[in-house]
Amino acid sequence: MKGRKPPQPMIFHFGIKRANINNIVSLVLLVALSAAFILPLFWMITTSLKPIDQLLLDPPVWIPNPLEFENYPNALEAQPFLQYLGNSLQIAVAAVIGAIISNSLVAYGFSRVEWKGRDAVFVLVLSTLMLPYHVVMIPLFVSFSKIGWVNTWLPLIVPAWLGHPFFIFMLRQFMLGIPKELSEATRIDGGSEWVLLTRVILPLCKPALATVALFQFIWSWNDFIGPLIYLNDRDLYPMSLGLALYHNSQGITDFSILMAASTMAVVPIIIIFFFMQRVFIQGISLTGLKG
Amino acid sequence: MSAADPLNAPVKVAQGKPGTPMLTPRNRRELRKLGVGLVFISPWIVGFLALNLYPIIASFYYSLTRYSPISSPRFIGAFNYEKLLFFDPLFIKALTNTLYFVVFAVPLGNMLALALAVLLNQKVKGLSVFRTIFYLPSILPLVATSIVWTWLLHPQYGAVSVIMAELGLPIISWFSDPQWAKPALIMMSMWGTGWMMLIYLAALQDVPQELYDVASLDGASLWRKFRHVTVPMISPIILFNTIVGLIGAFQYFTEAYIITEGGPGDSTLFYSLYLFNNAFAYFKMGYASAMAWILFLVILILTFLIFRTSAKRVYYHGN
Repeated sequence: MKGRKPPQPMIFHFGIKRANINNIVSLVLLVALSAAFILPLFWMITTSLKPIDQLLLDPPVWIPNPLEFENYPNALEAQPFLQYLGNSLQIAVAAVIGAIISNSLVAYGFSRVEWKGRDAVFVLVLSTLMLPYHVVMIPLFVSFSKIGWVNTWLPLIVPAWLGHPFFIFMLRQFMLGIPKELSEATRIDGGSEWVLLTRVILPLCKPALATVALFQFIWSWNDFIGPLIYLNDRDLYPMSLGLALYHNSQGITDFSILMAASTMAVVPIIIIFFFMQRVFIQGISLTGLKG
Repeated sequence: MSAADPLNAPVKVAQGKPGTPMLTPRNRRELRKLGVGLVFISPWIVGFLALNLYPIIASFYYSLTRYSPISSPRFIGAFNYEKLLFFDPLFIKALTNTLYFVVFAVPLGNMLALALAVLLNQKVKGLSVFRTIFYLPSILPLVATSIVWTWLLHPQYGAVSVIMAELGLPIISWFSDPQWAKPALIMMSMWGTGWMMLIYLAALQDVPQELYDVASLDGASLWRKFRHVTVPMISPIILFNTIVGLIGAFQYFTEAYIITEGGPGDSTLFYSLYLFNNAFAYFKMGYASAMAWILFLVILILTFLIFRTSAKRVYYHGN
């Protein structure tokens, strides 16, 4: 019945051939799409290096000659962009610290301590993800102005210290994956919950905590509507708000300086991405968002 | 039921912990655990009360008042809602603009993300390079990328116009043409679909290879494999991305604020932008709160409808 073998290799070869053609088609499509995806950033960077007389040429120059690096110092002179970058960094770091501390505590309470009603309350945590920011935006503004927080960074930082449902969910999933016996052993040895959290659980959660830190940093860095609502004082502006107001005040003539400034806003995120690529990718699997 | 109760009741009492005082050792342990749990989640409790619950209630109350920051809220019943729905053409404009955006941007972004993920899942060379290129735009600051797109789509000097002219295509003045401003913004939003692609890619890698092998043995074409293996297997993720995309698209704000400021001719006056203007430019806090509540209801109803209509088509395999 089993007979001779020839048919098998034939199917095998056919499979390889087809896979090869598919691969080539995929590759061609990917290259074309990549070109489209890169174009905006390429255009940003080349424009940021164009001397003023090459900015408005028709047809345009794709790669300027000579490269005009002066646009960067000029941008820094046009607006205190370095200060804006510094402000963004301080706000983001303060929010990241808060996010790590608060979400660790809350996720621990929702995963490693068993208490009555825990899972019902957890559903409530998740349901707040559905709430549009616009519903809370106005009352929050009214409250924050009553306690004198308008024109300070506090409305941008303090909420991050009170946990975020997305992070709570992610860390909780991660902590649920740690064997219960570890906790029992520490409890029998007389360790408190606090010792358990800080000495046993958190060190095991490093990958998940890195994801929290990364995403909170990016959210804070990119946040625009928050600073727009709360900050009036130019000294307090983060990069997003400073760049937006500079853009609104400029005509078309200044596009190379605008692009230099945009590049400065974008580059920190790109650098972080390249250093922490793995954390980004694993962040997706940590949320359990798989098939 | 009512007949059963009196019969069951005495049994229950008899079975119940005899003479339960409040604090048996077991109860005490439960209570202690509850206390420990609540202490740990206390940051969230404070956040929930101060950043969610109180603002929700206050927002609903404000929506029934006339309220500017310099005066205290004055109760006017459902007047704001009436005015929005029946006497504010700009509100209707903002709502239709937003629906237009949602109807195109969400499915198109989703399809592009899925297509990219499928392509990347072919085990091509340079996977991580391509993945980076597609993902990166979605995490860059929107203010910066909005400014870049303003310049990219400049009708005269922008790279896109130049390429289109080379290809013999007509010149479009994108953001300054009421007909093209929304499609331009949709195009830009598709550029930022990389986060969705990453989620799809993770899901695709979890589809068991055997299913494709079996389909191949049956002589299934690529399209049939995609349609009958891939799509059912990742359907929960499609649903997830659709709902998250929908909620985000309804709150679309920054790009329109930076690039078009609602123009030309109110063609990009999106819901959030009009809401923001009412609250912080015209100081009609009550009116804007009513808008927020209508938005909330629209999102809730649509999400519910999507869940209901997709229930039969979404496949959840064993968990």
